[in-house]
Amino acid sequence: MSVQLNEHGELRHFLTTEGLDPQLLTRILDTAESFAGVIGKSIKTVPLLRGRTVVNLFFESSTRTRTTFELAAKRLSADVLNVAVDTTATKGESLLDMLRNLQAMQADMFVIRHDQSGAAEYFARHVDPGVAVLNAGDGWHAHPTQAMLDAYTIRQQKGAFEPLRVAIVGDIRHSRVARSQIHALNGLGVGEIRVIAPNTLLPADVDTLGVQVYNDLGAGLRDVDVVIALRLQRERMQGALLPGESEYFRHYGLTESRLRAAHPEAIVMHPGPINRGVEIDSELADGPRSVILDQVTNGIAIRMAIMTMVLGVQPETPREAT
Amino acid sequence: MSRILIRNGRLLDPESGLDEVGDIAIADGRIVQLGGRIDDFTPEKSVDATGRWVIPGLIDLSARLREPGATRKADIASESHAAAAAGITTLVMPPDTHPVMDSPSVVEQVTHRADHAAGARVVPLGALTVGLAGEQLSGMAGLAAAGCPAVADGGRPIQDSLVLQRALDYACTFSLPALLTPVDPCLATGCLNEGPTATRLGLPGIPAAAETAGLGRQLAVASAGRARVHFGRLSSAEGARLLTSELGENRHLTADAAIHQLFLTDQDAMEYDSRFHLDPPLRDIVDRQALRQAVADRVIRIICSDHQPHDQDAKDGPFASTSPGASGIDTLLPLVLRLVEDEVLSLPRALATVTVEPARLLGLEGGRMAVGGAADLAVIDPVSPWFCTRETLRSRGHNSPFLGWEFSARATHTLVAGRLVHRPDEA
Repeated sequence: MSVQLNEHGELRHFLTTEGLDPQLLTRILDTAESFAGVIGKSIKTVPLLRGRTVVNLFFESSTRTRTTFELAAKRLSADVLNVAVDTTATKGESLLDMLRNLQAMQADMFVIRHDQSGAAEYFARHVDPGVAVLNAGDGWHAHPTQAMLDAYTIRQQKGAFEPLRVAIVGDIRHSRVARSQIHALNGLGVGEIRVIAPNTLLPADVDTLGVQVYNDLGAGLRDVDVVIALRLQRERMQGALLPGESEYFRHYGLTESRLRAAHPEAIVMHPGPINRGVEIDSELADGPRSVILDQVTNGIAIRMAIMTMVLGVQPETPREAT
Repeated sequence: MSRILIRNGRLLDPESGLDEVGDIAIADGRIVQLGGRIDDFTPEKSVDATGRWVIPGLIDLSARLREPGATRKADIASESHAAAAAGITTLVMPPDTHPVMDSPSVVEQVTHRADHAAGARVVPLGALTVGLAGEQLSGMAGLAAAGCPAVADGGRPIQDSLVLQRALDYACTFSLPALLTPVDPCLATGCLNEGPTATRLGLPGIPAAAETAGLGRQLAVASAGRARVHFGRLSSAEGARLLTSELGENRHLTADAAIHQLFLTDQDAMEYDSRFHLDPPLRDIVDRQALRQAVADRVIRIICSDHQPHDQDAKDGPFASTSPGASGIDTLLPLVLRLVEDEVLSLPRALATVTVEPARLLGLEGGRMAVGGAADLAVIDPVSPWFCTRETLRSRGHNSPFLGWEFSARATHTLVAGRLVHRPDEA
């Protein structure tokens, strides 16, 4: 979507991984890598966003994601305002009024999570020039920073994207994470992306996203290098999408034994929080194949990278912490 | 103004096949002479239609006017005048107003407001059931007496098939056609056609099966009775196919499509533009082509605007949270004529879909051009380019999916019962 790029093809907002060219995707990863050094130091802040105000505007609660955005902004020395918005305030007029009021407080960046697909783009179209919008998850549509931290983790673990087979297991239909992962990984040139789920959890024409579709977990995991399990919301049991958690785990839950079909060095990922014994069993989640906690750590660096890129303040030597 | 002479226009009447350059004389609301050069008529006003077309005024089978109940969006006066400026002489109004048009008093209120507005005619449809709740039959005899030529479900399909059957039987008792919405609401919980675009955008999809499941059930019930049943706003290739196979068995069936379905697809919503949030949703290119073919084959005999004016607030926000529907009366005529340019329909057939066909369905006098008939007419300049913008829309609803399009035809004069309700100095 063109709204997120400026006339030079640089990030103006960060709304989706769809349509981003490989160079830009790689630049995000490279920038994040340079910030990873900052995070490892005893003094973990850099002054790149000093004097800037970042507003975390969360219409949908998410302690984990909000915290990582907050931490990333603070690592960059920004002032951070956390606004938890009542979910009843979803009418367009209220959204715009809220946005204008917050802009009037000289906000430079909005980090927005909303339960409606397209909400971040809606905000991006209405903010003042110079104000950036980061999508922290909108409906079923996109969660682009999560996808980029996943890509970063994959590159960290595997080096290159081209030879990889990646399997995404679970509720693809309702997953903004899966959509963003698919776009990002396709953009980065991953060899093959598979989605594995029962048909009720697959969106219509999912193959048009550029994936191979599997209903059978064993077949789908064969020879893959990366396995990403998605979080399964419990309300899916009520919507005639699944008969129950136990049946789901029996057929689509990740275990050590089922992972034997995958490449011997395959890694296991999960965007969190994990439902142990539903998407993945504890032995696997806590085992040596799991890079789930690396994902969490990498999330800070990715969000720092995105924040600096959209505000055009990328450092030449970001490792020089103050 | 009781005596008007329209001179030297191309007279086009799809019912009679009339297509000649000539004059029309109008007196006391009726056409008194038609065709050729008329010299023995003394008019109070003359309209020079040289180079223009004179056609029966359009009858728009589905136009929400938002009154009573939502006059913040539009009202009978605003929309009937906008319609007149667009060559529409009759607006047919579904019963889903607030309150619902399920009693003669609400119908009389609407017709009173329409008379007072003195724009296009407004024809209210009565509700099939009380409150459109799908439970209790409305007083259809009373509704008919109050001026409703048909009854309708107002976009809220009757879920109980037994109630539907009885409603159709009861409507048939009073020779009222029933206008149904072919939708299974349980399958229609999304906001965009189920397919690649909805999947990309992460929007909940509405499958074409929502239409075919609703249509199939309603066809089964309708076929068991004798009621004249009309299906409104078909949107899918499969729906058109289903109707085609049924038409051979049941001649009482008719259907319409909204004009935007013949030009747009779900891909137009790619940037979450809420102007393309419609109900039924825009479908894909295959559906669009099938609908065009169905119109060409007369499986779908009527085209309507499905006019649903909204205020800015209703269309502002993330896609799924906005109100579905498009403002359509301003663009009905030029889009229907574009179907001729696109070689989908002949000119007479295109005009028939918005004139005589809806008139036949509802038993209306208009939609035709004949001596002795009502002088509901539009004078059209077929080569008068205009851009569709918020400023050029006459409806109070600026939620047109055709903003930015250029059109080539416009109405220069519109007459309702021989009264000029639109003329150039009002443009």
